[in-house]
Amino acid sequence: MNAVLPFFLDHIWLIPMFPLAGAALMFFIGRRLSNAAASAICVGSVGVSFVFALGAFFQLLGMPEGQRVAEKILFEWVPAGPYHMTSGSVTSFVADWGFLLDPLSAVMILVVTGVGLLIHIYSTGYMANEGGFYRFFGYLNLFMFSMLMLVLANNLLLLFVGWEGVGTCSYLLIGFWFKKKAASDAGKKAFIVNRVGDAGFLLGIFLTSALLGTIRFTEIGPALVTAHIAIGAPLITAIALLFFWGATGKSAQIPLYVWLPDAMEGPTPVSALIHAATMVTAGVYMVTRSNAIFQLSPLAMSVVAIVGAATAIFAASIGVVQNDIKKVLAYSTISQLGYMFLGCGVGAFTAGIFHLMTHAFFKGLLFLAAGSVIHAMSGEQDMTKMGALAKKIPTTYRTMLVATLAIAGIPPLAGFFSKDEILEKAFERSPALWVVGWITAGMTAFYMFRLLFMTFHGESHVDHDVEHHIHESPSAMTIPLTILAVLSIIGGWIGIGGRFEKFLEPVTASMGAPEIAAEAGKAPALLLMAASVLLALGGIWLAWMLYIKRTDLAAAVRRNAGALYDLVAHKYYIDEIYDAMFLNRSKDLGSSLGMFDAKIIDGLGVNGAAWLTRAISLVSMWWDTWIVDGSVRLGAFLVELASFPIRLIQDGEMQEYMLIIVIGLIGFLGYTVYLLHWMR
Amino acid sequence: MMLDSILFYFFAALAVGSAILMVTRRNAVHSAVFLISTLLAIAGIFLQLQAEFLFVVQIILYVGGIMVLFVFVIMLVNLDVAVRQMKFNRQSWVAGLLALVLGGLAVVVYRSGGGAFNLMGAPATTMPPNAEQVGTVLFQKYFLPFEIASILLLVAMIGAVVMAKRKI
Amino acid sequence: MLPVSHYIYLSLALFIIGVIGVLTRRNVIIILMSIELILNAVNINLMAFSRMWGSVDGQIFAIFIITDAAAEAAVGLGIIIAFFRNRPTVLADEMDLLKW
Repeated sequence: MNAVLPFFLDHIWLIPMFPLAGAALMFFIGRRLSNAAASAICVGSVGVSFVFALGAFFQLLGMPEGQRVAEKILFEWVPAGPYHMTSGSVTSFVADWGFLLDPLSAVMILVVTGVGLLIHIYSTGYMANEGGFYRFFGYLNLFMFSMLMLVLANNLLLLFVGWEGVGTCSYLLIGFWFKKKAASDAGKKAFIVNRVGDAGFLLGIFLTSALLGTIRFTEIGPALVTAHIAIGAPLITAIALLFFWGATGKSAQIPLYVWLPDAMEGPTPVSALIHAATMVTAGVYMVTRSNAIFQLSPLAMSVVAIVGAATAIFAASIGVVQNDIKKVLAYSTISQLGYMFLGCGVGAFTAGIFHLMTHAFFKGLLFLAAGSVIHAMSGEQDMTKMGALAKKIPTTYRTMLVATLAIAGIPPLAGFFSKDEILEKAFERSPALWVVGWITAGMTAFYMFRLLFMTFHGESHVDHDVEHHIHESPSAMTIPLTILAVLSIIGGWIGIGGRFEKFLEPVTASMGAPEIAAEAGKAPALLLMAASVLLALGGIWLAWMLYIKRTDLAAAVRRNAGALYDLVAHKYYIDEIYDAMFLNRSKDLGSSLGMFDAKIIDGLGVNGAAWLTRAISLVSMWWDTWIVDGSVRLGAFLVELASFPIRLIQDGEMQEYMLIIVIGLIGFLGYTVYLLHWMR
Repeated sequence: MMLDSILFYFFAALAVGSAILMVTRRNAVHSAVFLISTLLAIAGIFLQLQAEFLFVVQIILYVGGIMVLFVFVIMLVNLDVAVRQMKFNRQSWVAGLLALVLGGLAVVVYRSGGGAFNLMGAPATTMPPNAEQVGTVLFQKYFLPFEIASILLLVAMIGAVVMAKRKI
Repeated sequence: MLPVSHYIYLSLALFIIGVIGVLTRRNVIIILMSIELILNAVNINLMAFSRMWGSVDGQIFAIFIITDAAAEAAVGLGIIIAFFRNRPTVLADEMDLLKW
């Protein structure tokens, strides 16, 4: 680290700062800026970040293989002092304001800034006629800052800062149309569900610092070695499970996935950027980042793989019956995130990150294209009211077709490579997991082509007054679509021949942890490839049959499925179950706590104190009234009593005064007479 | 000597009778008239006592000055109301009785102490020229009190003017 | 001359009549007149003693008393005028504001 770093590597800390500056400008003076100026500042700041990220990436590539780590510590952020580790020795807790660029974070910043830049450009077109333009871009830039902090952080605590930052921005952007109740509710739901996960993550960070004495990523691996922690040790399993708990919240896995479908209430670029391409993948990134810990715990790895696989097939099954174009994509995202965790869980961290990257391309593209469709449809999101749009918005159609093929896993598009790699690794670990992933791949192909056919093919179900306004989106929107389409096609090629895996290898396998999947056999790669492509084509064929060729069949299937269809269409009633299990229990707890507050705290404590005070003051008042005032009034009364006869005389009638003078004279003379007679 | 007694009793009766009428009349103008009569009778008493200067002063100052003032004031304040109101106050019976008791006591004192008072008749049958003597004594022996009296009158004058002004 | 006791009795009679007037009448003007009567009763006394002693000092005192009476009448009547302007009454028992 002492060597002088090249410029971009030395200045990686600047990458998040550009969007932060843009966000600050928006929040402080954005109201006074024109839309053009606001978009120029925000797109420009992300663009500069992208340039810096590219520069840093290439300078990292220029470094010798195996030493591609650049750590830049700006200052000590939380020097919290010494504490006792679980092993009993004393160590000093330090969290830096430090940035770490290694192959993993290099991939991440490229994805984040690249896709982020495209979506920023897209947003200038999509949000052009919305109120709060500057606010939207300020939030987006703040999100970019938080996300880049997340991926560039060199320790868990700083990562957590970015983690919470993206959560906050997610909340702000889901509820961007805060006047709409559904949107603000969805924002709150996302925020609260994420809190549940964050609690686990935070506990995991505490446990890490207690067990290993460090939270710096570059030191966790060596610390694991020096601590001589056995494979499957309870504490390391606990840490891994807590981390994964946090990841399920952020990355929308069972059981904390419920917020993501509702998050579609936000503007579509937000869905693309935050809820498809970047933020939701933070959990995958975090698990990969701490793979050294996970690799020490086979139990945690199994949990990750099983939860990932379960989420993948579960969400895919819900996506099959959704009619809202963004909801389909939302469940698809959950499903694909399940794939990534499946990859991580079977030890294929690189495959997970690979899929993360390709997914960022094609799912970002899908959302943006869907946004373009919604834009063209004047805000309509229901696919049953679309159809035959292919001719009317050709660019959108073509790009969306590319993305759909990519996600369906048709070679040679991006999705095929990454998904195939995950499935291959899953088969090596356990054929059962492969079967689940394989079926999910077929379902994905089916529901994605269902979406495509319902939207762009078949008969038009568009309302008449909407139909006149259907138009292709402006170039600010179509150019990012095209670029992402190209990336969706070629994005997977970097994985051919294991180049991508080799690039990431220092991160995923260099922590000194023993390989887990060593005992697994070699999978028949070509056979599996052919099986998944065949299933994907089968899914496409089924979708074509049901939604193009024999549209009556779909209704028949729906009728015959009956109860099962209802169950799936209602998303397995998960929201209702959560309501009953957690929400209402929380409400009950809240109301009983409220009762406690009202009755015991307020009633006994506050009112009791008030009553006591009043009682004391009553006594005090009685004392004041009767003793203090009483003595005063007694004095006054005595004076009054004594003055009573004098006051009677002094009634203001002067003639009485004169009479009294006369009486005095009489007395005087009478005394004289008495004296005279006495003398005599 | 006889004339002296006749004059005294005449003026004394006139004075006392007029005084009683003055006190008992309802109408203030009548009271004023009877007061003038009383004062004139007293002036006669003065003359009978050979105090010519005081006799003149009594007539000019009292009857001519003070009583005109009274009549003016009676004219200024509303008499029509006063005429119809009760002329004696609540304490009149007690007060009258006590006043008579006072007079009786004074008589008793005077009579029982008659020897102690050393009263005698008139030694000098005639008095020297009265006005000249009064002037001499006033401007020599009582010059300072005279000047003080003049200041008193000045004060009274200013006081009366200030009092009668509409706005103080 | 007649014995001084005659004058004293006359003076006493006028004095008592004046006192009765002061004590019993309600009209303040008549009360003031009664005071004049009392003063004159005193004057008679002074005159009588002056004559008895053959000295004019008593007459000088009488002059001062007359001066005083004039001043008293002027101020008293002025007070009555001022009072009457504020409260249209000349009755003594209604002038009872000046108390405790």
